[in-house]
Amino acid sequence: MEKSKWIEMYRTMRLIRLIEQRINDEYKFDEIKTPIHLSIGQEAVAAGVCIHLRKDDYVFGTHRSHAQYIAKGGDIKKMIAELYLRKTGCAYGRGGSMHLVDPDVGILGSSAIVGGNIPLGTGTALASKILKNDRVTVVFFGDGAADEGTFHESLNFASLKKLPVVYVCENNFYAINSHQLSRQVGDNIYKWAQNYGMPGYRIDGNDVLEVSDYAEKAISRCRNGEGPTLIECLTYRWKGHIGTVDDVGDGYRPKEEYDYWVSRCPIKRFSEYLINMGVLNSELIESIDREIYSLIEEAFNFAQNSPKPSPSELLDYVYADHTG
Amino acid sequence: MPWTTIQVEKLDNFFIMGDSTGNRVLTYREALHEAFDQSLARDPRVFIMGEGVDDAAGIFGTTKGLKEKYGADRVFDTPISENSLTGIAAGAAMAGLRPILIHARMDFMLLSFDQLVNHASKWCYMFGGKVTVPMVVRTISARGWGSGAQHSQCIQGMLMNVPGLKIVAPATPYDAKGLMVSAIIDSSPVLFVEHRWLHKTTGHVPEELYSIPIGKGVIRREGREITIVAVSYMLVEALKAAEKLQDAGISAEVVDLRSLKPMDENIIVESVAKTGRLLIADTGCKTGSAASEIAAVAAEKAFHLLKKPIRRVCCPDTPTPTSDVLEKAYYPTAEDIFKEAVNLVIE
Ligand SMILES: Cc1ncc(C[n+]2csc(CCOP(=O)(O)OP(=O)(O)O)c2C)c(N)n1
Ligand SMILES: [Mg+2]
Repeated sequence: MEKSKWIEMYRTMRLIRLIEQRINDEYKFDEIKTPIHLSIGQEAVAAGVCIHLRKDDYVFGTHRSHAQYIAKGGDIKKMIAELYLRKTGCAYGRGGSMHLVDPDVGILGSSAIVGGNIPLGTGTALASKILKNDRVTVVFFGDGAADEGTFHESLNFASLKKLPVVYVCENNFYAINSHQLSRQVGDNIYKWAQNYGMPGYRIDGNDVLEVSDYAEKAISRCRNGEGPTLIECLTYRWKGHIGTVDDVGDGYRPKEEYDYWVSRCPIKRFSEYLINMGVLNSELIESIDREIYSLIEEAFNFAQNSPKPSPSELLDYVYADHTG
Repeated sequence: MPWTTIQVEKLDNFFIMGDSTGNRVLTYREALHEAFDQSLARDPRVFIMGEGVDDAAGIFGTTKGLKEKYGADRVFDTPISENSLTGIAAGAAMAGLRPILIHARMDFMLLSFDQLVNHASKWCYMFGGKVTVPMVVRTISARGWGSGAQHSQCIQGMLMNVPGLKIVAPATPYDAKGLMVSAIIDSSPVLFVEHRWLHKTTGHVPEELYSIPIGKGVIRREGREITIVAVSYMLVEALKAAEKLQDAGISAEVVDLRSLKPMDENIIVESVAKTGRLLIADTGCKTGSAASEIAAVAAEKAFHLLKKPIRRVCCPDTPTPTSDVLEKAYYPTAEDIFKEAVNLVIE
């Protein structure tokens, strides 16, 4: 991978982090009237995967999909406006944080039903195969989604039909407060993929280079018609499941576990690496941050000053307005 | 702040009077907790499973501490596998247990239609009553704070079309406890429809274990000029509307069916016989709703008693929008019930 791409991945991770921190800071003002699920701590997964995607490739996210939307190149102003439930939002205020969409860059909508996006992404991959184009689909989902039948049924189908889809499981060990080991026997997610007849890997999801390596191979397998791959990325969310609460200690996640993962911050690790490699320095760090901060400022200004939808729009869009 | 909790905590503390005697006051969620606690204590066949039932939040507090008290064999967290869990509960029920399966949102139950509709609900009939499925599926509908299209559905109407499935939708703490107990002791699958906005509602609840017959409604407020039949949370809005109607000189009778299937048809007919007007308030979308079925019952059995066409106050036939402005336009309130009732009575 060229060094310019390293910087791009670094920038994407920073962009995700800083946007989400700003969302976190603004949430208390009660203007973002929608449930939010932050990916702070998990940035390397979306950044390392989406760097290899073309604009016309598809991604499908979940309730926690700010990171993929940003990494895939979704319109940031429209995303923030959607969080503020404005008419200018990417779903005109109908979706909110859990339902982001930007078809121009292959984001056909995220689902807040656990496992609900896995068949959909398998379906876009089926379309790529039928249409004989080389568009790839990446489906992002959590460890919790591997509990659902849709996960198993979709993997089986994709493997059977050799579909151009990459399943990216962001295993952050928890589904709300429920640990993976209280829901699964453990060690299973990537092995299931293997048993469904596709390559399955478990990797360090906080190492963006490792994520990028595996994603690159999986995506090129798809483009070459060799079928699906599953990549299980071990990672950790820093914030509570929902909103801006912290869920550490006191009957929730153990403090030591949390501290361990914070010490493995994907951005810190990558920036240290880049500095060692001589491609990043404090000036570049500052100028990237400056550019990102101004972008964020612009997006939040845009969102906060945008009009809300009007009640007269309530019945719009229930059905498609054209025939095919 | 966690999401719908904000919304619920902001609600007024609505007290429903006259439900039972005594002066022990509980909230809806405390009443449910007590129903679970006492049922687990009374009957070793009862167990509770669902996503998050044993965590620190304990399904909005309704299952808190029960695992510690009754052990992890009887109160346990599950994988996120709604369809199979429903079948697993049904299988356990066939083998003699009394499972309670909890979906923290009614929306998630949509994943379980195969096991619920094709299997659990039909089993007793398909096999001539030789095998029964005594299970409870408890679901909670949410509303507000941008819950959105996938976290706010009230699909009780859709489920009324499923033969073999009983449906209860209590609105008061007294009924919540009594009907949960009835659902547990009933030997058919029972869907327990609950609304998050009822959780803070308070009322009198006796400490002892009691049950309430499934299929029996109550008059929540006597009136002469219009009957308002309200489903689940809409009872609160209906009672507020009735108060306002009284100020406007209109006497409204408020009927709480409590059970949707089987339904207390007599109470509807008797009330309409008195008032000659019927308004139905439901939490779900209008088409094919519980309100539709109630209207059909009235049309079949009380047509000759009606002075005016029946009115339904429901959500429009759109998915729930997330925007606060659109949410406001979407959800009917006491004000909408009031206006419709005035139209029916005055015009
Ligand atoms: C079908 C369904 N069941 C339950 C839920 C409630 N729920 C929302 S997020 C979540 C946890 C998901 O965990 P995971 O897939 O690991 O994603 P994470 O939140 O960790 O990113 C659950 C159970 C849901 N949204 N959909
Ligand atoms: Mg998870």
